[in-house]
Amino acid sequence: MAELLVWPALLAYGEAAVAYAGNVRRPGSLGRLAIWGVRLGWLAQTALLVVQAGRADGFPWSTWAGSLNLFVWLIVGAYLIWGCSPSFRLLGLAVMPFAAGLLALSYVAGGTESRTHTAWHDVVLVAHVGFVLIAFAGFTVAAGLAALELWHERLLKRHRAGVLRLRLPAVVRLDRLTVMTIAVSLGALTVGLVPGFARLPEHGLDALMAGTLAAWLLYAAILYLRVRAGRRALAAQLALVGFATVLVLQLGLLVTHVA
Amino acid sequence: MKLLLVGTSHRLAPVEVRERVAVDPDGAAALGERLAAGGEAVCLSTCNRTEVYVAADDSSRADEQVTSSLAELAGVEPAKLEPYIYRLEQEDAAVHLFRVAAGLDSLVPGEGEILGQVRTAYERGSTGPLLDRLFSHALHTGKKVRTDTAIAESPGTTSSAAAALAAQVFGDLHGSRIAIVGAGKVGTLAAKRLIKRGADLTFVANRTAERGEQLAAELGGVPLPLERIGETLETADIVVSSTSAPEIVLSAEDVARALPARKGRPLLLIDLAVPRDLDPAINDLPDCYLYDIDDLEAVVEETMQGREAEFAKAEAIAASEGERFRDWLASRHAVPAITSIRERAEAIRRGELAKASSRLAGLSEQEREAVDSLTSRIVNKLLHEPIVRLKEAAADERRGSENRVEG
Repeated sequence: MAELLVWPALLAYGEAAVAYAGNVRRPGSLGRLAIWGVRLGWLAQTALLVVQAGRADGFPWSTWAGSLNLFVWLIVGAYLIWGCSPSFRLLGLAVMPFAAGLLALSYVAGGTESRTHTAWHDVVLVAHVGFVLIAFAGFTVAAGLAALELWHERLLKRHRAGVLRLRLPAVVRLDRLTVMTIAVSLGALTVGLVPGFARLPEHGLDALMAGTLAAWLLYAAILYLRVRAGRRALAAQLALVGFATVLVLQLGLLVTHVA
Repeated sequence: MKLLLVGTSHRLAPVEVRERVAVDPDGAAALGERLAAGGEAVCLSTCNRTEVYVAADDSSRADEQVTSSLAELAGVEPAKLEPYIYRLEQEDAAVHLFRVAAGLDSLVPGEGEILGQVRTAYERGSTGPLLDRLFSHALHTGKKVRTDTAIAESPGTTSSAAAALAAQVFGDLHGSRIAIVGAGKVGTLAAKRLIKRGADLTFVANRTAERGEQLAAELGGVPLPLERIGETLETADIVVSSTSAPEIVLSAEDVARALPARKGRPLLLIDLAVPRDLDPAINDLPDCYLYDIDDLEAVVEETMQGREAEFAKAEAIAASEGERFRDWLASRHAVPAITSIRERAEAIRRGELAKASSRLAGLSEQEREAVDSLTSRIVNKLLHEPIVRLKEAAADERRGSENRVEG
């Protein structure tokens, strides 16, 4: 059953990634195809997660590969909030190849299997992982928005005459969305960290917890720099650094954490 | 029922004529209602056109009525209005509306306001099956052209390029604040473009107090002496400068001093003066985008180069949507035949049910309903394919007759 759902999701995400790339050269119907790919892929992946949840003995995404599956679903879900607007199609070009790649990785590593066994029955632990993953997905989308903002700013600063034809979202809009996404994600990360800290006396501070704490501090600093100090470009650049931290935490340290 | 368009626009009529036949949305709705008279009619009236779309059985009578109504609005005899009137029928009228909705027939090609005006006309018109289909198809075409092409982002002048760049930085310009430095004609024109897009004028800094006050009163800002231009930088989002000063009037240091108070809010500076008014080093400051006249002209030139291709794409979309509408219109010719087939099938179904009524007497009311619904579904499924084929054949026949005429 899971096999039947993971392939449509992978194919649809892959199709969306290719169509977004084609849409840069020939805007139009390819952009619409890409959006449908995202929508259908996300629906297929949602069904996959429902099947996994229905058949699992406990929290179905407790493995590294499983958490990657959930992470991809959250990223695409966050992207879908704006992704249907033509002006955000370039964001899709940044997000969808990444999402398709991670889902493929999750599939290869067994994160999309329908019957999983887990020792995770602790609601607090599940909430901890769930909120941290929501935050990481939000930070990933924020990084895409920040990259788009920095690129748009660069084009404007360098007086690139063709900037109008790219039909990018306005710099101010990208800035607001980046800050808002980071603020919401930071809230989710804070909520996710509380159960983690509650378990500190029992399990001690491991590398993943320390890294997640560092990410929290970095994103809090980004919000401070943007909102209080007015350092827009620096905040956008740091959002990219934050994404690198998320990648290290999600793809690297989580392996050791759940092993 | 035939589709007919009778109207006048900037292509045929000077403003003196257009202003006489123009009506507000209430007037357009009333006119549509009056002309529909049991049929369908929509009046689209903007500053560049007044067009009436009618679906009527007797198109020559409808034409007379629309022409008399327009002449009545203009306060002239119908014959005097005749040179300014155009008439289109069926698919030609549809393709025309698709081009109008796409902004291809506008005075400023590609402008986006027309799509909203078409929507308002549709919402307030007296529509039925034909005009419903026509206008919803036109709105779809207008949206598709704006999504799939860049015709809306093709400024033809430096002042419209400045407004387009402001939209790149701020998006929706509603609430953006403009400061004008120098009350010259070029700067005023650029400021007016920005105001038209929703920005507010806050300051006019000019060397001559009288001219500055005059412009501030006209456009709704606060006049300032030129020396106090630095004060505007903390609050303004867009600065448009066009003085005849021989030296720089705003230095990078002046702008840098205002930046902390701006908290990262971008500042777009448009320098339309030669020699330049604004220090080129301003562009190196964070969150500041400085465009001089050469930069704007480069933007115009670039978009003009791509403009033809974008317009060709837009025309192709309008033509292909027109083709689809033509097929739909042609399939309407098959409607009487389809209705007749359906009626015949329904009569057979009812007849057979009546014949079998004695054998079905033992059935409960619920079971009877189930049998009734079952037979209906069978008939509908049997008829589906032939009806689709009939519609396709009508469209094919239309294409075939067109090819014969062309051949």
